[in-house]
Amino acid sequence: MIRHLLSAADLDAATATQILDTAAEMATVAGREVKKLPALRGRTVVNLFYEDSTRTRISFEAAAKRLSADVINFSAKGSSVTKGESLKDTALTLQAMGADAVVVRHPASGAPHRLADWVDGSVVNAGDGTHEHPTQALLDAYTMRSRLGRLAGLHVAVVGDVLHSRVARSNVLLLSTLGAKVTLVGPPTLIPVDIAAALAPGTDVSYDLDVVLPDVDVVMMLRVQRERMKDSYFPSAREYARRYGLDGPRMRRLPEHAIVMHPGPMNRGMEITPEVADSPRSTIVEQVANGVSVRMAVLYLLLGGNKL
Amino acid sequence: MTAYLITNVSVVGAAPTDLLIRDGVVAATGAGLSAPDATVVDGTGLVALPGLVDLHTHLREPGREDAETVESGSRAAALGGYTAVCAMANTSPVADTAGVVEQVWRLGREAGLVDVQPIGAVTVGLAGERLAELGAMADSAAQVRIFSDDGHCVADPLLMRRALEYVKAFDGIIAQHAEEPRLTEGAQMHEGEVSTRLGLTGWPAVAEEAIIARDVLLAEHVGSRLHVCHVSTAGSVEVLRQAKARGVRVTAEVTPHHLLLTDVKATTYDPVYKVNPPLRTATDVAALRVALAEGVIDIIATDHAPHAVEDKECEWAYARPGMLGLETALSIALDVLGPQWELIAERMSRAPARIAGLDSHGLDPAPGVPANLTLVDPAARWVVEPAELASHSRNTPYARMTLPGRIVATFLRGEPTVLDGKAVK
Amino acid sequence: MAYPSAAHPSPPRQPSVKVILTAADVSRVVDRIAHQILEKTQGAADTVLLGIPTRGAPLARRLAARISTFEDVAVPVGVLDITLYRDDLRRNATRAVGPTQLPPGGIDGKRVVLVDDVLFSGRTVRAALDALGDVGRPASVQLAVLVDRGHRQLPIRADYVGKNIPTALAESVRVTLAETDGADEVRLYGEALPS
Repeated sequence: MIRHLLSAADLDAATATQILDTAAEMATVAGREVKKLPALRGRTVVNLFYEDSTRTRISFEAAAKRLSADVINFSAKGSSVTKGESLKDTALTLQAMGADAVVVRHPASGAPHRLADWVDGSVVNAGDGTHEHPTQALLDAYTMRSRLGRLAGLHVAVVGDVLHSRVARSNVLLLSTLGAKVTLVGPPTLIPVDIAAALAPGTDVSYDLDVVLPDVDVVMMLRVQRERMKDSYFPSAREYARRYGLDGPRMRRLPEHAIVMHPGPMNRGMEITPEVADSPRSTIVEQVANGVSVRMAVLYLLLGGNKL
Repeated sequence: MTAYLITNVSVVGAAPTDLLIRDGVVAATGAGLSAPDATVVDGTGLVALPGLVDLHTHLREPGREDAETVESGSRAAALGGYTAVCAMANTSPVADTAGVVEQVWRLGREAGLVDVQPIGAVTVGLAGERLAELGAMADSAAQVRIFSDDGHCVADPLLMRRALEYVKAFDGIIAQHAEEPRLTEGAQMHEGEVSTRLGLTGWPAVAEEAIIARDVLLAEHVGSRLHVCHVSTAGSVEVLRQAKARGVRVTAEVTPHHLLLTDVKATTYDPVYKVNPPLRTATDVAALRVALAEGVIDIIATDHAPHAVEDKECEWAYARPGMLGLETALSIALDVLGPQWELIAERMSRAPARIAGLDSHGLDPAPGVPANLTLVDPAARWVVEPAELASHSRNTPYARMTLPGRIVATFLRGEPTVLDGKAVK
Repeated sequence: MAYPSAAHPSPPRQPSVKVILTAADVSRVVDRIAHQILEKTQGAADTVLLGIPTRGAPLARRLAARISTFEDVAVPVGVLDITLYRDDLRRNATRAVGPTQLPPGGIDGKRVVLVDDVLFSGRTVRAALDALGDVGRPASVQLAVLVDRGHRQLPIRADYVGKNIPTALAESVRVTLAETDGADEVRLYGEALPS
């Protein structure tokens, strides 16, 4: 069993599948009158968030509490290089509090890796900079598997600002581990260099969404910040939406069974129209619910046994 | 003044001989010298090199004395076999006036471990907006000849042209940190496969190559001398090769770390490997080694960049770029080049002394020559322990690596600064 | 494997093994428990059988099948995974979680018969009672086990016991079933076995 979850690359197919299977059992708890399991009684989980992300934080918080862990929320937002405590000093503080796991969200890529060097407990990456967000990829995979029945052989299009997306990186890694094929779609300015070599050979890149859509089982729309146009990644929000946004006519190019995913929060009218976001193909609300189950599975598998 | 008789030593790889050092100069050479009043240093198995000259050192004083001082940096330099270092201008305050460069120069003299030759800033405050008083720095006691905004690029082409032209009046040289700033906004590491995987903003090779290409054209146009700091890419090597073939008066340096390490090191997110320009790919490393051997790259310069612990023990993006280099440079050169003593002497002593205009340095030990030299034990191997380095800082990328070659002794104008591998003061 | 090979040398010492129940014995014991359940539950009315994985699950299904043969009653059967309720989670590497499957009618107000293969310390049953409380509110809970080997560490006893086997603490009882292991048998080993 792994000690930390820093990257989706930490998971081999067997471990990833075990997490998804465990999450399926955890999901049954949500339908019970007593939404609680005693497995992590007496364990302390610290949510260390250097960025605002209420949805991710409460998802981890709900997951830890349903497993009976004690949860400490440590909002370190506003800490910067020049003011406030260093990450290392914070790590030593958490260590002194007896944190069994630290769930960390940080604007700097690799911060969870650094943290893992400084604490004894498990570190879970809840999103670091433009690097990774492995539990998002797990909940996406869980959602695909429950909607489509399998992951191996699926063709998944990940559309939008891949360059700045930690969700995209983790999804490419995890989906390829689990036998799905990924095509990244976006303007060339937002596709990072050497992406297939960097993450998973066999990953395709396309600049034309319309060509890709009829051939996919899943289309995952990434959030695109309007501010990117200031850095000339694309000329305008209108042009972006026209070329890479998912609207009703585009959605109808998808095969009958295909689903539409979005990690949230959405920019309605930018990368996705309300018609698509609210359609039966959309799994956006399910993804949120599945997030709790998957994070329960991750916390249980990291903390449920003895220390490694 | 004590005389020293170094016996049975190989001068730059030649057959063993004796060296007598007296009154600050090499008094005599030849087998079987005798000098009863001299302290004998057994040079058996050792190689004598002209004292190494570093064209690119950050001594951090004034301003960040917690990271390094002129004295601690000088000691590190002497232990690394150096007898002269050129101190970069990005101190606080910036070395952009005669006052600051004279202060650094004087601190170097007081430490007395190496000759500290200040480099002056090209622009006021390194801001890249208007020229600093280059002439005043040249005329000061420090006699500045090299000017650089290192850490920043002189990106404005007009300003760069003017600087290149202006320093011709006193045979100055502009040492350019080649980095197109718009192409490297927020850059954290080499742009490529590894940066994509790690989600760190890329520093593309073209941002260096574009500036070097522009600058060699400018230097050619105005007939000035240009020196290119820390060349790091295969593409830069090609630009330099063509410029040199055309006769452009350009010289270039490469750092030890760019000759040895690659961007894969960033995978740990340990900022000890964060440096500017960043570690590149194995292809770049190979091209730099060839260029150094061929002379397309003229010298090895350390870019010794001490940083306090808190500036490195943090998130990668928040860490300051830079690595220690003075105490490990010769070992890395030996590792990369092998015992090519002629080449090492040329690239690490003679050529940098020529570029910097340091007349008493970079001279092979011979009768009448100033006794600036260092003795290397090529057979020794040592393990780099950060805490044992003389630098105030610990940010060496070679921690716990075993490196070949050890500096046994260094002499500055006939006085030992290092004996038995230890600093004399 | 008929012949010992160099790659698989015979163990230096044969641990003492005793067959406690043969396949035929197991079948008779299951029949008897099924009869007892019918007797004690007035024909298995409002009764649900919940097997505790691993081997309690097939035992519960067998009991339901026998009950249906004897009395033509369909007793709902389910599986209750107790992994997350164990009190020894921290003493071992993380255990895989298995499925909990309650019968469609649920367990609220029902008589639940927990089914397991071996009753030993009682800790598994304690965990099962906790798990049961979180998934519903049965009217009553009973316990059926194939083998009771004694050495209870908690105040727990079985309502239906296939066979009482007096054991030493150091000994091990190993149940195999056709569904999970290929054949029915209960053995007593003279030493501790890996669980």
